[in-house]
Amino acid sequence: MVELRGISGLDATTALARLARPVGARIVRSVLIVAAIAALNFVIVHLAPGDVADVLAGESGAASPDYIADLKVRFGLDQPLWVQFADYMSRVAHLDLGYSFRFGRSVAALIWERLPATLALTVPTLLLAFAAGSLLGVVAARRVGKLSDAAVSVASLVFYAMPIFWIGILMVVLFGVKLGWFPTGGMVTIGAGYTGLAHLADVAHHMVLPVVTLSLFHTAFYARLMRASMLEMFGQDFVTTARAKGLSETRVAYRHVLRNALLPVVTVFGLQIANLLGGAVLVETVFGWPGLGRLAFDSVLSRDLNLLLGILLLTSVVVVGANILVDIAYRYLDPRIGAA
Amino acid sequence: MMRGWLEFWHSFSRNRAALLGLGIVAAILLMAAAAPLLYPGDPADMVAPPFLWPLQDGQFPFGSDVLGRDLGAEIFHGAHVSLLVGAAATIAAVTIGIIVGALAGYYGGAIDDALMGVTEVMQTIPSFVLAIIVVAAFRPSLATIVLAISIVSWPSVARLVRAEVLSLRQREFVQAGIAIGMTDLRIILTQILPNALTPVIVAASLMMATAILIEAGLAFLGLGDPNVISWGAIIGAGRDSIRDAWYISALPGIAIFAAVLGLNLVGEGLTDALNPRLRRR
Repeated sequence: MVELRGISGLDATTALARLARPVGARIVRSVLIVAAIAALNFVIVHLAPGDVADVLAGESGAASPDYIADLKVRFGLDQPLWVQFADYMSRVAHLDLGYSFRFGRSVAALIWERLPATLALTVPTLLLAFAAGSLLGVVAARRVGKLSDAAVSVASLVFYAMPIFWIGILMVVLFGVKLGWFPTGGMVTIGAGYTGLAHLADVAHHMVLPVVTLSLFHTAFYARLMRASMLEMFGQDFVTTARAKGLSETRVAYRHVLRNALLPVVTVFGLQIANLLGGAVLVETVFGWPGLGRLAFDSVLSRDLNLLLGILLLTSVVVVGANILVDIAYRYLDPRIGAA
Repeated sequence: MMRGWLEFWHSFSRNRAALLGLGIVAAILLMAAAAPLLYPGDPADMVAPPFLWPLQDGQFPFGSDVLGRDLGAEIFHGAHVSLLVGAAATIAAVTIGIIVGALAGYYGGAIDDALMGVTEVMQTIPSFVLAIIVVAAFRPSLATIVLAISIVSWPSVARLVRAEVLSLRQREFVQAGIAIGMTDLRIILTQILPNALTPVIVAASLMMATAILIEAGLAFLGLGDPNVISWGAIIGAGRDSIRDAWYISALPGIAIFAAVLGLNLVGEGLTDALNPRLRRR
């Protein structure tokens, strides 16, 4: 059934119901996806060479035989595989992600502690990249073939191809070491003991280089996508109609083309968040940013698989959550979807 | 067939950016091929005084690293590793993607639901984090790195192939194949896949660029094969001395950037040459 846009009488409750039904189904599917990722974790642990207890304890060399024996009992390694699997899934469902030998703490607590720093890095990056990238894409598409289009296209090609950790290192060398404009690493000035606004300003100062580094790639990505999407729309019949009505070129570009061109950009938003979290591992490592990515790097060094798997699960949950939000945004932008 | 190729080459070669990309990729291939001739020794040997800047000593035009290894030897031999890992991972990922996509698209129903469910799960997981875990869990080596990259890369190919197969399955020549009693395998291999390959080739060149970036990222984090020298690993090792010798990290990054840019340009050139309609706008 096709719903006609602009028909009044669509009150808030039916609009909500229209959104809620598919979102409910989406949530059920999201839970299944998270369960599947937990199952994948279990498979990786059991396929990894060596005894599961050794794997979980890491290779820090400090795992005592007592601890290994304790782990074996705790993980029920004498049980049949399916019992171990059921146990594992039930522990994950209770948010028990196991124990990190390297840090001597529970994985869930470690992750929880590091999550805010990663969000402080990724959320501004995402907003900056989306806004700047879309804007540049629109500018390039409106002046296609001209100098500003060429500049945007070349710049986005270049930043799209640069390794993100390499950009980070060059940023540190230029703006940190040579020019001294920004701190070269960390999230706060150690020993300064700032509080209140001074603390926020200090964190913001530390944030500049990592956020810019991480957003260059994503800005380039959105600029390319937005430009292509706008150009695709400019060739559509409804645009010709709008022009034939005598609308100004600016009005056509922003009211008609941009709205439709945004849809494919919003669609890939979820996928990009997965990408962003992967890039954060590298950027946090370069800048010594105390987030999940830096934690992942530390657990790689000590082969702390349990902690790595916890990070994988949590970052996946973040992506799943973002996908639900994207779904809602999509339905809002394109009312045709809800009617289908 | 021949005329089609000529037309395609004509269209591709008029695209200056695509030709530039092809030139860059050829240059990197040449670097990899020339490495054993120009630098016959082991690139891990310490042959120079440490911390030589590029152009400081005519014998080592690329300079030397912290340990006195010749950066030129490391970068040329690194080209070999990057291309090898990139190509092997891409071939593996494309193969998995074709199999999954063809089965899902051709059989539909429960098989489609199951395979696409797995695909969706794989696209939800942050792929670089999964690649780190696979390499860390199974010990870093060229084989585990290729495995990790292909595991995280196949889903996009699977989706692409599935969409192609879905539309091709309805076409008359496929229906005719079913009517004359060809086996499913024969229909998929001889009727459907040859017609679905074009977008896969484009995707493969872009995927190889991403594979090289993932390999570099893994090696940077210390998850490279310890027995070979790769671009990412040189950057990672040079990180501790960026205050005094930033060129150690800077130079291999240029090589990675060039390889990825070249492959992206070739991929875009292929897209344009294969869809001339899109380009003219």
